[in-house]
Amino acid sequence: MTCDDARLLVHAYLDNELDAAQSATMIKHLRDCTACAASYDVYGRLRKALAQPGLYRRAPDALRERWSPAQPTASAAPASPRRRRAPLAYAMAAGFAGALLLTSPAWIAGLRQNGGGGNPVVAEAISSHIRSLQAQHLMDVVSTDQHTVKPWFEGKLDFSPRVKDLTGEGFPLIGGRLDAIGGRSVAALIYKRHLHVINLYQWPADASATASSEEQRHGYTVIRWATEGMHYVAVSDVSAGDLKQFVLAFQNDAGTPAAHSPP
Amino acid sequence: MPADLHVISPSPDSVRSARFEALVLPCLDAAYNLARWLARDNADAQDVVQEAMLRALRYFDSFHGGDARVWLLAIVRNTFYTLRTKTPPGSLHESLDEDAHTLVDEGPSPETLTLLAVDVGTLQLALERLPSPLREVIVLRELEECSYKEIAAITEQKIGTVMSRLARARERLKAELAHHPKEVRRHDV
Repeated sequence: MTCDDARLLVHAYLDNELDAAQSATMIKHLRDCTACAASYDVYGRLRKALAQPGLYRRAPDALRERWSPAQPTASAAPASPRRRRAPLAYAMAAGFAGALLLTSPAWIAGLRQNGGGGNPVVAEAISSHIRSLQAQHLMDVVSTDQHTVKPWFEGKLDFSPRVKDLTGEGFPLIGGRLDAIGGRSVAALIYKRHLHVINLYQWPADASATASSEEQRHGYTVIRWATEGMHYVAVSDVSAGDLKQFVLAFQNDAGTPAAHSPP
Repeated sequence: MPADLHVISPSPDSVRSARFEALVLPCLDAAYNLARWLARDNADAQDVVQEAMLRALRYFDSFHGGDARVWLLAIVRNTFYTLRTKTPPGSLHESLDEDAHTLVDEGPSPETLTLLAVDVGTLQLALERLPSPLREVIVLRELEECSYKEIAAITEQKIGTVMSRLARARERLKAELAHHPKEVRRHDV
């Protein structure tokens, strides 16, 4: 492989789009050519920089509200694109809540418009998740090592949270944070799924609590469960299937801390 | 919380709209993200997404499985370009200078390495200044995490074209971030 070839293929290699043979050639070239290896390194950094959540533009509330209620086919008639009818959509959502609730997924209940009987814990967990994605709010302790994250919580909470590294399952632990839900301090563990962030909140529960539920709102999935005297709430914008997989991975052998993972 | 959501006897319409809600509405963020990076303006992006969603709803019967996100993003992209051709072509130059910047890859200097540790604002300006054919591939790849195949489907390009545009987009971003970190507004549009 020449450096000219490598200049193009290094991108496909970064993106995991090369077949095994090409990857092997690329690896060999990167080992032999310091210039290409350095360029690979720079593009790797660039990729990382672009993965910052601050660059992702989420749909604004007005747009979301417009599309959240069951969209009657009648309104498929061309709407004036400049018309801003968020307040109207809001009013309709409130006025026809009964009718809409029968035909719409649960997440039409807005974050702030939480009168429809939505669970406040779910709404709070989503708000907290969103807040955590804003600059510099995500982590208090940055570590991929569960044996660093767990002791960090010591003395900051009146319970000892369960910390597991799930790198092997595709959900690397990236850190932890103190947060508050329902007026009490909770532990938040931060995991990643590709570029997405998963927040896992936990706090002590009544011994009797065993309820579990899954809800979707505003494109976020929230899975709650309780076991062995702890409440858990996982929130993320990954697909519901991925989040379920995450929860199963966390529940699996939750009692036995995994072997010390490499940092 | 309403527990049983689909207890109403399903008319074809309600089945259709339930399917639309389940498959397409969860992609609203992805739709907006692409539209926002293409339009580089909040209000325009909302218009693009609104129009794209209406089109998606109208043509939903032609969606025969597959990845709803890819399907919707292709609609968003087409909507953006059709809406844009109706507006005065103020940004015509940007597609023309797409090939003007054939970069000489001078290899990373130590300075490049540190300068890539840039803040979100600088990165955003650098991204916004890419010509849209390059901007869309980098947004789809890095922000939407699409595969080359998915990007090819969304942008109606060959995979080879996707690959070379992505390479060019990154080369330009790198050059931009390495050499002009302080004057990012130099030829702001």
